Amino acid sequence: MKKIYVNEKWCLGCHLCEYYCAFANSGKSDMVKALKNIRIHPRIHIEDGNGVHFAVSCRHCVNPLCVKGCITGALTMRDGMIVIDEQKCVGCFTCILSCPYGAIMPDETGHAMQKCELCAKNAHGEPVCVQGCPNQAIVYEER
Amino acid sequence: MRYVIVGNGPAAVSAVEAIRQHDAEGIITLFSKENEFTYSRPLISYLLQGVTDETRMRYKPDSFYEDMRVDCRQGVAVVSIDKDAKNVTASDGSVVPYDRLLLATGGRPFIPPVEGLDSVPYHTFMTLEDARGLAKALTPDSRVLIIGAGLIGLKCLEGIKDRCASVTVADLAEQILPSILDSEAAAMVQKHLEDQGASFLLGDSAVKVEAGLATMKSGRQVPFDVLVLAVGVRPATELAMSIGLDAERGIPTDTRGETAIPGIFAAGDCAKSYDITTGTERVLALLPNAPQQGAVCGTAMALQVPAPFSAIPMNAMGLFGLHMITAGSMIGESHIIRGKNSYKRLCVKDDRLMGYIMLGDVERAGIYTALIREKTPLSSIDFDLMLEKPQLMAFSRRDRQTLMGGSRL
Repeated sequence: MKKIYVNEKWCLGCHLCEYYCAFANSGKSDMVKALKNIRIHPRIHIEDGNGVHFAVSCRHCVNPLCVKGCITGALTMRDGMIVIDEQKCVGCFTCILSCPYGAIMPDETGHAMQKCELCAKNAHGEPVCVQGCPNQAIVYEER
Repeated sequence: MRYVIVGNGPAAVSAVEAIRQHDAEGIITLFSKENEFTYSRPLISYLLQGVTDETRMRYKPDSFYEDMRVDCRQGVAVVSIDKDAKNVTASDGSVVPYDRLLLATGGRPFIPPVEGLDSVPYHTFMTLEDARGLAKALTPDSRVLIIGAGLIGLKCLEGIKDRCASVTVADLAEQILPSILDSEAAAMVQKHLEDQGASFLLGDSAVKVEAGLATMKSGRQVPFDVLVLAVGVRPATELAMSIGLDAERGIPTDTRGETAIPGIFAAGDCAKSYDITTGTERVLALLPNAPQQGAVCGTAMALQVPAPFSAIPMNAMGLFGLHMITAGSMIGESHIIRGKNSYKRLCVKDDRLMGYIMLGDVERAGIYTALIREKTPLSSIDFDLMLEKPQLMAFSRRDRQTLMGGSRL
């Protein structure tokens, strides 16, 4: 299965992936209109420090502890991808307790969780963060 | 192969899934004492709060039993096991033979010995039926007394707060949430709950109840309209003990989930597991552990070798918007970081993270949980960075390549 992988040494720390992620999941077709004057809530995050930068988003683990720990059954594995049913989620944060990557977080309402779903559930179909990365520091491929 | 599953919670249904991964043909019969579709018990407080409903509380898709080809006997309890003849007898009189049996009988509320309890109506707070009963009993004028300021008692408080006039929570312990928080964190949470209008009687226990009135050890009298007992949960092990298993404090199993009787397995809140932080066998009645134990059992029952599973205590809990996450055991040297509305304590021993408490700011807590679970040598990471906040930056570049380039889990 194709997943997002990180090439740390090529990451510029520009945070564009975060903006592309927020845009892709905004439901809007114009990036400027989608992002202007709002605080973004991306599902991918850049860690910065001492000249080192890299992106972190859901690894879609083969043995997903978030899915196993989920108290509602809102997190499930579908064809190798971990997806969340926001309607079932009650915001208990057990997945935050479980995820070894820190790659799941509350959505902007704070009541349900959000995570990278590889843009499969939005209009784009393929990870927009990868398309928008100027230096191929994140790639979407089979390994 | 004939499989019998006793129970219908997360451990039971996860075992069913694991069996079906390896055995498409076997006959699976599942007994559910509760007449419900499989649901998640920790959601009952969210149900009363109005955050979820009975449909969304279903733990698996509606087609689960069909998809898994399970003969699900809802509302039917197993009353006895004949371990020599290898069959179970159910409350409807049916006798079902098995080759592999799973005990996933869960827990039951502990009822403390309080004078007068046998003649005063009270509620417990564990099952969906408990939640329905409590919802029915509450009116906007109800004064509620909850005995027990642990996880169940406080989630109950949150669930019912807007459905009644007042809630008082009493506990024998001097602090709330003694099983997961230290006294400093507990005081912060208590203050937050008091700001929401809850009252607490700590270091005090009910010694006598009569209609509408509880008398505490301190002599204080607490009037109530609705009484909830949330003192704790005990493993439901009568069936296990009836066939000679030493299971008073939980059913002991091996690493594959098999009990001392070959062919009989146990998982979930009724079973013991090995806590890697304390190095002891004990019941960790926590939802995240149950499905994993169930999957281990299901795999072993289908004669396959299960992936090893390490149990650790772990809890995520939110109360009126204040979140706390804890894991492991508070053993060793403490590192404490206090923020304006947050508190964090990490406990370190023998170059390992043994446990942590995060209150208020719980972002990316799972990175800490993984350090405990993986027994990561702290000398291999930048601990100061990690202490500041959970971050992958604290790992070496090479470790990060493994983490982010491939898939560790």
